[in-house]
Amino acid sequence: MSSLQGTPIPHAPGFIAGDRPQIVTSRFQYADSYTLERYLATDGYAGLRAALGRAPQAVHDEVKSATVLGRGGAGFPAGVKWGLTPQGKFPRYLVVNGDESEPGTYKDRLLMECDPHQLIEGCLIACYAAGLSQCFLYIRGEMALAQERVATALNEAYAAGYVGTNILGTDFSIDIVLHWGAGAYVVGEETALIESLEGNRGMPRLKPPYFPAAIGLYGQPTIVNNVETLANLPWLLRNGAEAYTAIGTATSPGTRMVAVSGHVNRPGVYEIVNGTTTFRDLFYGDEFCGGIRNGNELKAFVPGGGSAPWFLPDQLDLPFEGRLVGAAGSMLGSGAVMVMDHTTDIPAAALTLTRFYAHESCGKCVPCREGGTWLERILSRVVAGKGTQADLDQLLEVGQSICPGSFPHAASERLGLEAVPFPYKMTTICFVGPSAFAPVHSALTLFRDEFEAKIVKRISIPVIAASAAGGGQ
Amino acid sequence: MTTTEPAGTEADAPPPDPNAVSVTLNGTPITARKGELIITAAERHGEYIPRFCYHERMKPVGMCRMCLVEVDSGRGPAITPSCMVTVAPDMKIDTASPMVKRMQEGVLELLLANHPLDCPVCDKGGECPLQDQTLAYGPGESRFVEEKRHYEKPIPISDLVFLDRERCILCDRCTRFADEVAGDALIHFVSRGNNTQVNTFPDEPFSSYFSGNTVQICPVGALTAKPYRFKARPWDLDQSESTCTTCAVGCRVVVQSSRDELVRYLGVDSDPVNWGWLCDRGRFDFEAVNSEARLTGPMVRTADGLAATSWNAALAAAARLITDSKAASGAANIAVIGGARGSNEDAFAWGRLARDVIGTPNIYPQMGDGLPAAVLGLPRATIDDAASAATIVLLSPDLKEELPVLYLRLRDAAENKRSRIIEFAPKASGMSRYAWKSVVYEPGTQAAVVASTLADPVVAAQLARGPVVVVAGRANLAETSAATVAALREVLAAAPDATVLPAFRRGNSVGALMVGLDASNGGLDTRRALQAAAAGQIECLVLLGADPVADFPDTDLARRALVGARRVIAVDTFLTASTQYADIVLAASAYAEKAGTTTNLEGRVTTLTQKVTPAGTSRPDWMIAAGLAQALGADLGVGSVDELTEAIAASVAAFDGVTPAALAGCSDGVLTSTPTTVGALPTDTVAVADRNSYDFRLVVSRTLYDRAVATANSPSLAHLARGSALHMHPLDLERAGVVAGVEVKVSSPKASLVLRVEPDESVLRGTVWVPFNQPGPNVGELIDCTAAVTDVRVENL
Repeated sequence: MSSLQGTPIPHAPGFIAGDRPQIVTSRFQYADSYTLERYLATDGYAGLRAALGRAPQAVHDEVKSATVLGRGGAGFPAGVKWGLTPQGKFPRYLVVNGDESEPGTYKDRLLMECDPHQLIEGCLIACYAAGLSQCFLYIRGEMALAQERVATALNEAYAAGYVGTNILGTDFSIDIVLHWGAGAYVVGEETALIESLEGNRGMPRLKPPYFPAAIGLYGQPTIVNNVETLANLPWLLRNGAEAYTAIGTATSPGTRMVAVSGHVNRPGVYEIVNGTTTFRDLFYGDEFCGGIRNGNELKAFVPGGGSAPWFLPDQLDLPFEGRLVGAAGSMLGSGAVMVMDHTTDIPAAALTLTRFYAHESCGKCVPCREGGTWLERILSRVVAGKGTQADLDQLLEVGQSICPGSFPHAASERLGLEAVPFPYKMTTICFVGPSAFAPVHSALTLFRDEFEAKIVKRISIPVIAASAAGGGQ
Repeated sequence: MTTTEPAGTEADAPPPDPNAVSVTLNGTPITARKGELIITAAERHGEYIPRFCYHERMKPVGMCRMCLVEVDSGRGPAITPSCMVTVAPDMKIDTASPMVKRMQEGVLELLLANHPLDCPVCDKGGECPLQDQTLAYGPGESRFVEEKRHYEKPIPISDLVFLDRERCILCDRCTRFADEVAGDALIHFVSRGNNTQVNTFPDEPFSSYFSGNTVQICPVGALTAKPYRFKARPWDLDQSESTCTTCAVGCRVVVQSSRDELVRYLGVDSDPVNWGWLCDRGRFDFEAVNSEARLTGPMVRTADGLAATSWNAALAAAARLITDSKAASGAANIAVIGGARGSNEDAFAWGRLARDVIGTPNIYPQMGDGLPAAVLGLPRATIDDAASAATIVLLSPDLKEELPVLYLRLRDAAENKRSRIIEFAPKASGMSRYAWKSVVYEPGTQAAVVASTLADPVVAAQLARGPVVVVAGRANLAETSAATVAALREVLAAAPDATVLPAFRRGNSVGALMVGLDASNGGLDTRRALQAAAAGQIECLVLLGADPVADFPDTDLARRALVGARRVIAVDTFLTASTQYADIVLAASAYAEKAGTTTNLEGRVTTLTQKVTPAGTSRPDWMIAAGLAQALGADLGVGSVDELTEAIAASVAAFDGVTPAALAGCSDGVLTSTPTTVGALPTDTVAVADRNSYDFRLVVSRTLYDRAVATANSPSLAHLARGSALHMHPLDLERAGVVAGVEVKVSSPKASLVLRVEPDESVLRGTVWVPFNQPGPNVGELIDCTAAVTDVRVENL
């Protein structure tokens, strides 16, 4: 095994730094990275100062020209999103989606734990640029340390005059309200998050409207941004859009945080260059994961969180570029990569993911509520070795009730399969339902033989015609 | 002249409809309306899209996913919930593509996966949208071999409603209704995913006055109502459309019977009136019609009390009482009170009998708990007018308690920001939380409070914003109606163009007053008739479905009147507290046992249908009037209900054109015009002395469930009456030196009662509230109907 470069940082558990551009993780190296003192000593709030020195529209244009893609999953450019709010309707809100709960994803947690001021500064810049009146910071219920660090940081920021009224002596005033979730995956969906914030049951709102920009929190225009998206803004404002777009590719500029888990030598969170780093770099590069564990064979990997269709080694040379990954039959999603080596029991792995989504269904749409659980129950039977051939077909049939039509999957040379590109059609409001089907579909399409090996083999007794058997009585 | 313009010229073409939207439905071009949902546009054009959660009177939620269709807006077919998306120009809607078929089959298979399929024992079986739509759109078989979800079944979620969570398909209809329509968000989803279930909050039952509606709109048999459970199968039911006469809103209903017994009412969606909703009292009080306690034949008083007799003997005896009374001191000393429970035809026939045959003008339907009939002569507002007015001024009883479906309509107007409500009430009401301004006044100060509030510039500006509708009724039975009339005059002075919606409570009091039971020509109204009777001046008192001992606010006067009247004839469906004073009791047919028409509070005439055979030999009131006229040697000249309806249309100006032909097939009914015979609004001023600081001013009003005859004789409802108690603001307890829950002595100038103290924040400090006609001590004993207000002293025993 070659010697690995880049060092895990003990006080940023899971984060591995390397000799790469660092836009959002530059302070992770310090043990006191979450304090205001350290933040100010490392260009803290300089981005806000830079922003406040310019007109809001100029800041908005800067962000737009940098094409900061949303890091929550859909990859929608933040600058464009901000422009969707209707003119002249106030108040309007910024809601920060810190309800990171996609299986395999833990980058936002690190950003909140290790650099809460960066997030706060990003919120302030967004509010200033998009003309928003108040900010709500929604943090997942289970992230106790992140809650504590963000709350402490917010108190410090208020005391130092970075948040509140007349920020830095200007007439710009913003309040940031913290809210803890109560442990529901579906609240990561932006409209469900808004419902939860309003005190209602966390269930997605109907679409259209497709964005809450027009009618969001309390019926007002609302921008929902991911933690990592906002964390990019201080650096962007300090260094300018040109420096930002110099990193990565034209369609996917900047860096992105990727959380790798599974059968690699060094799982963890990496800040990679967007659009150029490939999955092969990530898995096998010495400055990244350093290869598959024990020198094993790579069998499959999930490129963008538990709800993404799976990739095979065939797709290793794809870069982290949404368009290309979509065309190849999956998505980059929230930046969580799960790696499975050749020892993996594929049906069991699919069951683990499907069980999660079935459990996390909010119960609103029938296909997700009933279909997710049904998938889980059939799959459990198959994994337990009690399934039948009909069960395998039934899995796909139930999936058809959630996602009618063709479902995206990766190309496979071994199976002679062409890729079916993203996206899919769905009968549910949000993506939780299809997410329960995605692992089943990928596993069954790419590794059907492993399922066949588990089902009950019945020996059929040949039917002997009555006459041949010697007639009746 | 035969020349015509060439077709298609500019001048000839009608201007394009700005609300028309051209879309394509399954390949056929159709014209939808702007803002119309795909599901309704398609249905209007003959394409029914299956649905479970969508209900046209509630906001769409898109939960069931049954109504998914494919819509192409120029970017290829997209899966679209048709209950959620409005039509847009050039949309191509496909409701029958293979993809749509597959989605419908998928949703139905998934809905049935955990549904118990206990249809043979389910009350909904036979009228179940899940059954019907499975047959029409579902897959032929289920591939679900797993064990189904299990819950305890059924669980009672209120006194009237049971919930079977296994049957529930979680469509959000009942929960949305409770929250959005009724404002009683007492049921909600709990738990999540596959374990999601509807339930109440712990220890808080779904005690809504409107809970029965959830049973009606449930698309499966998950919610069942106690009175109907296991009573009948839908295919055995016989039904006809009618109107509920429990209160004066006049909700349209479908009356269903099985084997000549009433088993269920369902609300009918009448756009101007009830939007399909009913209150639980109206929905379930049919049980009283089926009651064993019903009067089944006429009775005459003998030495041993009331004894059954024949109709011939009873009518002859009644005629003799009337002849004797006339002989003793003339027809003017005969009085008829009541008549608001019957139909227009009943009231008209009795009006004729009293005026033309007997010769007395003393006929009045209200029981001292309404407002003067002159209110009906003011410019009239309809319910729709009120629910779309810029400002609604409430000078009325608690609408949630007394006119529940009107409450739903006005609440909707306020919740959807169409109207602002300015409420004046002697006690916070069910509407207070929706009111833009809710002013609670002490009885006696009503007119002054109204005048000063409306003079406020902000309020005055609100009144000037658009149409103003005043809902006028009697909010406090312990205060003279003149106080409300004075307050009404103040509103009309501040908003001269305001129209009035009379909140007369009793079923057909508006109709009875309009067709002739109006004590015009100097006749005695109920209060004066009772006063005259108590003074020994009434020779014969006829109680036409009236129970003054229970219903007249001044109980003492009612009792003295019944004792003081020399002869008492009662026409009723039950033996009541008042019939025990009667010499003759004539058995009347009840609701659904007779046909006719009824008039609601906005003057809308709708039809009543006979659904079942009258109990015993009981007869409709109009037939009793005709028989009595015959026994008196006269002929009313009517042989059928339709003849009476014709006669009303011909002789009552406001009913011009309200003929059986006009009403036939017209579910929403026909509006009458404003009557001209009701006289001018009285202008009496009310002088009220200040309250002694030791006393509390008494507020008495009704609640939905009380001892009213139909409620008390409906087993499902009877126990819901809250019982008599002294409600006092918690901060007043100390001042009065009393303790919550303890019985105290309550004394008015008339009498003393022992009542339990109940702290109640809806009561204004300095006043006390006692619900009227409740089980327990009768608060009517405290009330003097001649006094402007009633003050009581509260003392420990």
